[in-house]
Amino acid sequence: MDADKVFKALGDPTRRRLLDLLCEQNGQTLGQLCENLDMARQSATQHLDLLEAANLVSTVKRGREKLHFINPVPLHEVYERWVRKFERQRLSLLHDLKQELEGEDQ
Amino acid sequence: MTRETTSFVYVTYIRSTPQKVFEAIIKPDVARRYWGHENVSDWKAGSKWEHIRANDERTVELVGKVVEISPPTRLVITWANASQADDPSKTSRVTFAIEEYDTMVRLTVCHDELEAGSGMAKGVSQGWPAVLSSMKSFLETGSGIDLFAKPKSALIAAGA
Repeated sequence: MDADKVFKALGDPTRRRLLDLLCEQNGQTLGQLCENLDMARQSATQHLDLLEAANLVSTVKRGREKLHFINPVPLHEVYERWVRKFERQRLSLLHDLKQELEGEDQ
Repeated sequence: MTRETTSFVYVTYIRSTPQKVFEAIIKPDVARRYWGHENVSDWKAGSKWEHIRANDERTVELVGKVVEISPPTRLVITWANASQADDPSKTSRVTFAIEEYDTMVRLTVCHDELEAGSGMAKGVSQGWPAVLSSMKSFLETGSGIDLFAKPKSALIAAGA
């Protein structure tokens, strides 16, 4: 895994949105993805290229269509290297506490 | 019969050779070391294969048929829970494609014809990233990830 590429690819709200869209529905075309994004196809293509270079998105050609699939394998490696190592259980306790405290705000 | 299906495509790059990656899938004594399971078959097109937990119980968890095999670049198998092996709507398909890529191997695992929203679809979407990460670690460093690992604090709480 090229960790720099993964972190760089994740360091942008549009690219994270694209991953969220693929997580909701895997195997979408560029056109389908653009319906949910306020940007030109050309910009979306550039973002998808960066995601593909980081191996976070893989593509499959089906007839004339190119389908985009989320590829969570590099994310799993990031998780193994940067999260699990630092004890997941304690982090999830902190995460729950944060949600609970912030949720009482309204 | 029509049913709504879903598919996943997983890609990982491994510093290894196509032969080693192919063997890591089909050889039980290799697979058990990073997968915790063995894939057992005579690996001929049309033959059965079984996914067996590599412990004392040796539970057969998954079964299927070898659809297509061309070592060391392509393997297509069907995939079903052992308890649902007779139900075609519960049978999915896995394609392993192995290509040389610079000094590495690009391994693509395409899991399709999965019943949308099924337990199997959910299970494999969590399982494959872990299995492929572990395979990569194993082939590159000689040790896989412990796929059944628990957080250390849970072991302390259990008095282990």
